Amino acid sequence: MSKIWIITRRELASFFDSLIAYVMIILFLGLSGLFTWLVGSNVFLLNQASMQVFYSIAFWSLFFFIPAITMRMIAEENKAGTIELLITKAVSDSQIVWGKFFACLILVLIALVCTLPYYITISQLGNIDDGAVIGGYFALLLLSASYISIGLFASSLTQNQIVAFLIALFIGIFFQLLFNVLGGTLRGFFGELFLYLSMTSHFESMSRGVVDSRDLIYFGSIIAAGILASQVMLSKRNWQS
Amino acid sequence: MSIVVENLTKKYGEQKAVNDISFEIKTGEVVGFLGPNGAGKSTTMKIITCFMAPTSGDVRLDNDSIHQNPEAIKRKIGYLPENNPLYLDMPIVDYLRFTAEIQGVAKSQIPTRIGEMIERCGLDREKHKNINELSKGYRQRVGLAQAMIHDPEVLILDEPTTGLDPNQIVEIRKLIKELGKEKTVILSSHILSEVEATCDRILIINRGRIVADGTADTLRSQSQGQELLKVHIEADTSAAEAAVRSLASVEKVSTIDGKDGWLQVQSKPDLSSRKEIFDLCVKNKWYLLDMTGQETRLEDVFQKLTK
Repeated sequence: MSKIWIITRRELASFFDSLIAYVMIILFLGLSGLFTWLVGSNVFLLNQASMQVFYSIAFWSLFFFIPAITMRMIAEENKAGTIELLITKAVSDSQIVWGKFFACLILVLIALVCTLPYYITISQLGNIDDGAVIGGYFALLLLSASYISIGLFASSLTQNQIVAFLIALFIGIFFQLLFNVLGGTLRGFFGELFLYLSMTSHFESMSRGVVDSRDLIYFGSIIAAGILASQVMLSKRNWQS
Repeated sequence: MSIVVENLTKKYGEQKAVNDISFEIKTGEVVGFLGPNGAGKSTTMKIITCFMAPTSGDVRLDNDSIHQNPEAIKRKIGYLPENNPLYLDMPIVDYLRFTAEIQGVAKSQIPTRIGEMIERCGLDREKHKNINELSKGYRQRVGLAQAMIHDPEVLILDEPTTGLDPNQIVEIRKLIKELGKEKTVILSSHILSEVEATCDRILIINRGRIVADGTADTLRSQSQGQELLKVHIEADTSAAEAAVRSLASVEKVSTIDGKDGWLQVQSKPDLSSRKEIFDLCVKNKWYLLDMTGQETRLEDVFQKLTK
């Protein structure tokens, strides 16, 4: 059995034992359900058989929930000293980080699977574009993966979970909002650059069912950068003074 | 499984926590690292277990080096870190299973290994509890169980008995002695009697250097060098003192405060003054009431070397 999967399973068990998983899933479903079906510009108001409302809600709720999942992943091990125990087992630093990454991703995946009844309901109401639905879920998953890797990095920086949560939100808000705003105000090269860095455009095009390699590269690079940075922080013990 | 440590140095900023340490440990030895707090015991252990890379130098287990093949080394080592960190929210059995899996124990072997460890570490009555429900002594046993679960050839235990009550300390020591029959064990401590009771060989480390290396007995005799006697003669103390001082084999004599008639006698190197003192008493018709050799305690050796 792969070492990564062993770590993933332990982390998942810990999510469910500590009720974090249930609280997250219930909150996520409650919030997204409320805004998709009942409040604000909901599905009925838009009068379209589309999941767009849900996606734009999930775009924001995942942004807040994911740092809450990832904040304890490495920070708590740093604090309790269990990181020493884990590192001195026959695993590499990268297996540890990937194991934790997949545990968070699977938790988000479970939450997203729980929203499938939304799709089933909406598809009963009218003609739904299945391509857009698949693209949308795929985009949510990639978005989550990006924030998870950022969150893991934030968690590897500190022993304090609250600090890890805030750092993850701070880094995240640039991709979520600020780059988009900056890209809108600036002209020329920097304007283009900031627009490319913003999650918004990549997420929106994908959630309409348009999967472009540029978007995949974008999400892939954020994930890789976050994972790599977490690994660097983990191996810092080797050269820190 | 022999461990070879070569010119190991670890710097924290300007300070050298470990300063050019070299030693070799053979299979089946139980070695104790002894030293004051902050001497570099834990740092050395952390380097051997591949938790940290050294600033320079190398550690080899048989043919594997910590620089080239850390994962092979980690699989051969069972490690109990200082303060025994554990995943407190996990049940004991789940935790042991996780450790076994991650250390690469074959899946079919895992249940038997867990059973063995639970029995051997005396966890049978507690095995269904979560780790956070256990007392410190039982947590320490879980720490030992997780270190041994994959039947490693080398066990490294950083202060295995801190925070335990006397009965538990005796039990853990017994366990370590038992393990030492088949495995190479390195343990650290600043409790001298513990190291003396459990280890075949003692390395005294001070300020990042090895200042002594040997069995408890050799360390004692090395530091002792000269015979030291405590003598009780029933006679006028000052006369006896003068007479003893004039003996050929005696280097130094002093009276012992508050004890009339007692003398402390240090012999010249490689000589014994016991017979001469006896003859002296016979000649002067003094009663020799007591004559005991003073064995240097390990405490004295330790204090002398680490001051």
